[in-house]
Amino acid sequence: MERNVVVSRRRKTETTAATAAKIDGFDVLPAGSEEAHVLAVDDSLVDRKVIERLLKISSFKVTAVDSGRRALQFLGLDEEKTSSVGFDGLKVDLIITDYCMPGMTGYELLKKIKESSNFREIPVVIMSSENILTRIDRCLEEGAEDFIVKPVKLADVKRLKDYMMREVRIESESNMNKRKSCCDLTESEPSISSSSSSSSSSSSESPLRTPISSSAPSSPTPLDSPIRRLKMTPTE
Amino acid sequence: MLGLGVDRLRADMNRLLALLFHQGVLDEQFLQLQQLQDESSPNFVSEVVNIYFHESEKLLRNLRGLLMDKEFSDYKKIGIHLNQFMGSSSSIGAKRVRNVCVAFRAASEQNNRAGCLRALELLEHEYCYLKNKLHELFHIEQQRVLAAGVRYPMQH
Repeated sequence: MERNVVVSRRRKTETTAATAAKIDGFDVLPAGSEEAHVLAVDDSLVDRKVIERLLKISSFKVTAVDSGRRALQFLGLDEEKTSSVGFDGLKVDLIITDYCMPGMTGYELLKKIKESSNFREIPVVIMSSENILTRIDRCLEEGAEDFIVKPVKLADVKRLKDYMMREVRIESESNMNKRKSCCDLTESEPSISSSSSSSSSSSSESPLRTPISSSAPSSPTPLDSPIRRLKMTPTE
Repeated sequence: MLGLGVDRLRADMNRLLALLFHQGVLDEQFLQLQQLQDESSPNFVSEVVNIYFHESEKLLRNLRGLLMDKEFSDYKKIGIHLNQFMGSSSSIGAKRVRNVCVAFRAASEQNNRAGCLRALELLEHEYCYLKNKLHELFHIEQQRVLAAGVRYPMQH
């Protein structure tokens, strides 16, 4: 049977639940799903404009807010609101936040998200103009996917696709090799390209966090470590 | 001769950019901003830079207001303003301005008021230079767009 099947581990929402079906334990969405939605948090207007443009040009949908508080409100996590669902109905696939912000820092926002049962699966990336190793470690330990030293560049944003709940395209059966290797991926240990805490993935499905273009799983190497990807600029 | 005008203007722009890079006024982050400008966002660079100008002038006013106050003692607030200024300067590639902010911040961390005042003067100077040059750049770019849009008269 020939078919194009898109497998996604995106958190289910009302829109996808209706069209999703279960095949071999994976959620199946129709091919050509919508763009990923990123929530960007930064108190600097200049930086918001830049990150918004970087994300849009990389084919993401963007919502940019100016504080951790507003980010939580957008998600529906604000203490003052009783609802636990994002009130605008748009699911968030990734959160990218500045570290240094007045009021709630990016680190505090990260903690609140990881403490939430509804939103802890959303990957969080921290941005900072300061390249401080202890700060980086704290964030990664708290579950951040990556830590980007500002100024943020196009290459940094393109890498964000790696942290999304992954989409793996399984080609028609005539394209056996690809399909076979995709199946191999599911059976082997997932390659770890980040040091995210795995406490959230307690389900039986292993996270398919592998690059889309890869055809064979690779064991984690130091090259995959987020630390290597940091711009090792000398600190002042 | 309009075609030549466009080419000459483009050459002028490139020459000015090269100068600013050579002087360390701008760094590669400015090029990154230019890469983000296209038909869907044709004024992206000038939009971001204008926001930067607006915010920077506010910060400079705040810094001067704080330091000129006879009873000034809030070095922490100076630091907060400087961090903001450093961040936005780095985001648009304003390297020299950012570097002066770093020196300024060092003086404020030592509670060195005289040092802070000197740094503020230098910062205002660098910012002024940057603003003038970027205005010049945008002006040439505007001329180039206009010149490129003019059509040759039809020969009947």
